[in-house]
Amino acid sequence: MLKPPENILTVQNMSVEFPTLSGVVTAVRNVSFSVGREKVGIIGESGSGKSTVGRAIMRLQPPQAVVKADRLQFEDINLLTAPEEQMLSVRGRRISMILQDPKYSLNPVMTVGEQIAETVILHERVSRKEARQRTLAMLERVNIRDPQRVFDLYPHEVSGGMGQRIMISMMLIASPSLIIADEPTSALDVTVRQQVLSILDDLVTERNLGLIFISHDLNLVRSFCDRVIIMYAGRVVETIAAADLDDAQHPYTRGLLNALPSLDHPRDRLEVLRRDPAWLEN
Amino acid sequence: MTMIKVDHLAVSYGHGDSLIRVVNDVSFEVAKGETFGLVGESGCGKSTVLGALAGRNRQWTGSIRIDDEAIGQKRSISQLAKQQMVFQDPFGSIHPRHTIGRTLLEPLEIHGKDNRQERVEKALKDVGLPLNFRYRFPHQLSGGQRQRVAIARALILEPRILLLDEPTSALDVSIQAEILNLLKDLRDREKLTYILVSHDLAVVAHLCDRVAIMQNGGFVEVATKAQLLADTVAHPYTRVLMDGSRGYVASRRSVGVKAS
Repeated sequence: MLKPPENILTVQNMSVEFPTLSGVVTAVRNVSFSVGREKVGIIGESGSGKSTVGRAIMRLQPPQAVVKADRLQFEDINLLTAPEEQMLSVRGRRISMILQDPKYSLNPVMTVGEQIAETVILHERVSRKEARQRTLAMLERVNIRDPQRVFDLYPHEVSGGMGQRIMISMMLIASPSLIIADEPTSALDVTVRQQVLSILDDLVTERNLGLIFISHDLNLVRSFCDRVIIMYAGRVVETIAAADLDDAQHPYTRGLLNALPSLDHPRDRLEVLRRDPAWLEN
Repeated sequence: MTMIKVDHLAVSYGHGDSLIRVVNDVSFEVAKGETFGLVGESGCGKSTVLGALAGRNRQWTGSIRIDDEAIGQKRSISQLAKQQMVFQDPFGSIHPRHTIGRTLLEPLEIHGKDNRQERVEKALKDVGLPLNFRYRFPHQLSGGQRQRVAIARALILEPRILLLDEPTSALDVSIQAEILNLLKDLRDREKLTYILVSHDLAVVAHLCDRVAIMQNGGFVEVATKAQLLADTVAHPYTRVLMDGSRGYVASRRSVGVKAS
C-alpha cells in the first residue's frame, strides 16, 4: 500500500480579511501551521480568529471575506485555486466539520438517519438501501444502542450528547482524512463530554485521521490533543506539544494558564491577564 | 451565625398531571460570610434551588430561613431585597435599550430607595467601572464589563446574600479570572454570603468553602474545599465531575453514570 504523505494540510501565511465600511478588518493574520495524522488543538479566546481559520480551510467564509495565503494545500488539492465544483466533493467527503451545538447544526425537519444517509448518497452515489445499512452501522459505531429507532427520530427528539454523536457519525461516514471540530463539546455536560470525546478519539486513532480541534478550554485541549496552537488577535503566538504546555514561553499562554482556576494548583487570587501591545507585532 | 437555613426543600413546576418535582428534599445551612457551591449537570435542579431562594419560584414546600427570618411563599419587599441574583449570560440579562444608569436605577425605584444618584455611583465604583459608563448602552460594553454591571445591579440594594447562577461560564478564561477576583474582594469587603451555581468544579473550589454535588434533584454529597483539593471526596459522581474539570481522561469509558 502507498504510504500517505506526512502532512494532510499545510497552511502558510494565511490571512483572512473582512472589508467593512470603516476599513479592512484582519481577522486572521499570517497564520502558518500544518496538520498530519494527529490531533491538533487551536486555542484562543473569543475573537481570536480560531473559528475563522477552520472556516477558511473549508472555504466556508462569507462571500465578502478575502483569504490570502502563500500556500493552502490539502493532500493533492490547492485550496486557494480549486474551483467550487471540486470543493463540493471535498467538503463532507474529504474534510468534514463538527460544529458546536447539534441543536442548530442538524436540519430540524429531516430525520437524523436521512441526514446521515444523505452524505453517502451524495458523495458515493450508493442506493438508498445501502446508505441505510451504512448509516445504521455508523450509528452503532458511535455507541448508539438502538440505531433502528434513532434512525427515524427528528433532531428535537434526541439529547445533546446523542445529537453530537449523530453529528460525528455524519461527519465520519464518508471517511474523510481531515476533521475540523469547532468547539464540539462546549454545549455538553461533563460526563457526556467524556463519552463523546472518547468516541471521537477512538475513531480518529482507528482511521488514522487528522483532527483540528478548536476550543477555548485549555484543560480539555491539553489532555485531548497532541499539539496545541495558541492564537491571539488573529495570530499564532505559540505552537507547542500538549504535554509541554506547562513550559510554554509566550506571556499570553502563561497568562491564560495562570488565569485558570485549578483543582491541582489552588491559589488565593487568580492572575489577571495583562495584554501587551507588543504581542500584536509580528 | 447562620445566614441561610433550608430544611426539606422540594420544588416543583407545573400543575395537575404535568406536575414535575425538580428538587427533592434538600437541606443545608450557609453561615454568614460563607460561600456555598451547588454543582451538577444540566437538569439536576441547581438553578431551581437558587430560584426558590431568590423568590422567583413559589411552588416549594419545606422551610427556608434567611437571616433568622422564616420565609413564606410571599415575601415582603425588604425580604426580597436581602438576596439578589446574578445571571449567567450578561448579554441576555441586561435590557439592551436601557442605559446602564437606567438599568441600575430600576431596583432603586421598585424598592423606593433615596439618594439614587449616589447609590448608582457607588455601585459602579464597587465593581470597578468608570462613572461615565452609566450613560452607555449594553452593546457598547464587553462581556466582562456587562457582567460587572449585572453584579452592580445586584449589589445596589445592599443585599446580604448574592445568588450567583453560573456567573462566569459565558466569559473567556482571562475575563473569568477578573470576575472571580472581583467576587472574592466584594465578599470580603462587604461581608456577603454567596451561593454559587456552576458546572465547573475548579471554579467552585476556587471560591467556595463547601460544595453540594447535585444529581436528579437531590444532594449526593456535601464536600468541603479541603476535601476537593486533597481529592478525598466520597462519592464516585463527584470524582467524575472533578475529572471533567481537569479535561479529557483517555480510555476511561463513562463511569457508570446515567446520561441525564
